[in-house]
Amino acid sequence: MVDLRNKLVLALGERDGIPGQALQACAESAGARVVYVATQCFV
Amino acid sequence: MTTRPVIRAARFVLAHVPDLVYAGSKPRRETAARGRDVRAQIRSRLRTFREAVAYAPHQVMIGNQAPEALWDLPRPWHLHSPAEAPCEGPAGAVVDQPTFYAWLARADTARLIRFDEAFAAEAGPLVRGADLATASPDALQSAVASGAEPIGDPDGRGIGVLLPGHAQDESLAARVLLENLATKATGALALRRLLDGVAGDEPVDFLLGCGEEAVGDRYQRGGGNLAKAIGELAGIRTAGGADVKAFCAGPVHALIIAGSLVASGLHRRVVVVAGGSLAKLGMKFLGHLASGYPILEDVLAGVAIDVAGDDGRSPIINLDAAAVHRVGDGGAPHQMAAVLTKAPLRARGLRLSDVDRFAVELHNPDITEPAGAGDVPQRNYKMIAALAAQAAEIDREGIPAFVRRHGLPGFSPTQGHIPSAIPYLPHAIAGLTTGRCRRVQLIAKGSLFLGRMTEMADGASFLLERNAG
Repeated sequence: MVDLRNKLVLALGERDGIPGQALQACAESAGARVVYVATQCFV
Repeated sequence: MTTRPVIRAARFVLAHVPDLVYAGSKPRRETAARGRDVRAQIRSRLRTFREAVAYAPHQVMIGNQAPEALWDLPRPWHLHSPAEAPCEGPAGAVVDQPTFYAWLARADTARLIRFDEAFAAEAGPLVRGADLATASPDALQSAVASGAEPIGDPDGRGIGVLLPGHAQDESLAARVLLENLATKATGALALRRLLDGVAGDEPVDFLLGCGEEAVGDRYQRGGGNLAKAIGELAGIRTAGGADVKAFCAGPVHALIIAGSLVASGLHRRVVVVAGGSLAKLGMKFLGHLASGYPILEDVLAGVAIDVAGDDGRSPIINLDAAAVHRVGDGGAPHQMAAVLTKAPLRARGLRLSDVDRFAVELHNPDITEPAGAGDVPQRNYKMIAALAAQAAEIDREGIPAFVRRHGLPGFSPTQGHIPSAIPYLPHAIAGLTTGRCRRVQLIAKGSLFLGRMTEMADGASFLLERNAG
């Protein structure tokens, strides 16, 4: 288990996986500061 | 007057253009960053025309093999090609580079291409009737230094150059125009092929473009209506046209709209058309080189799909089971799948298991996996199977069997809007007419967020059903 409190997070989502915004919401709820968020499409 | 809309036919053309791989976005950027060695690496792994034709996924695209045949073919598929295979099939054709260049020449209504004198002399028979503007090698080199785009291998003998459409307008830069001309040419190739084989004597009333190109000048970048330009190049005079833009979901949106235009009686025959994406050539070449694969993204794909009124035979676009992803719908994969697959079926009292095949984004995994992008269709099929398990149609252990029974292997080149469900159409039409299928659901998704105007994705789906006559 990673303790995300006070950590800086880069949230890179993927269209067919987890969207960046969902990663951001999870990371922030665990106390992290999200400094970059994007959702990518790899096709 | 209203009628039920049907899809009578779909045709694909794959233009094998190895010398244009260098003009793809990724090869171009890597060359700028790391120098001409990148091009030498690509050159060493380009396929011959014969290899591209014999490649099993391409044989599926043009209808000579069923998609399901790929389940049993060991991967990577390029290691298991026959020595020879036909370049034409019931669903389309693979055309070679000279043929593509001839169509590119015809597509150049603005006369911005300057052909290498030697090429023009050799290509004479292919471009019958075209008045080609030619230049000497020195003049071509000088044009490139002034902003022209080389057409073909920049280190070797190209066929010529494309001049910018305007000295200061970045929307008319030569590289942008080459992308758009390539799209126009491949769209017209597919449209011509459709009309040469299907009801050529019936007028086309309307063309709906659904590609991802952006045609326009600096005051209307992406203004569009490439559909009409494609129609003109294909020799059609009866049709009007317009474009539908929705990233990779464009073709499925366009088919729903085409079906609606026919159902309303406004038009009797609508053809949905799109050309290929030059920018996506060689998109995953680094992964292919690292894996010892040939450069698999060496084809431009064009498509033409014939939508008409009920003929008593062709499969019906069931507009009552068409779905779009709405602004307020969630964007997580399970939410997208529920909105686009389960909801429209439930509304008609159908279960997921009642659909014979789901056609999702059918990207060829041989192309995507070496670059770390995984097997896109299988991920989507697992999600649909998980929804079936959630709805207690199957148990959790039945997910792999559901994927095999209702899914498909990916076989489409990674040409953006082309892989989005529609490559299955020729096979679906066969299955829903002479085969034993009853219904096929086509599902497309689009990555709207890439344009930085929204965080949303998009999607659309419809049900294609057997015509009871």
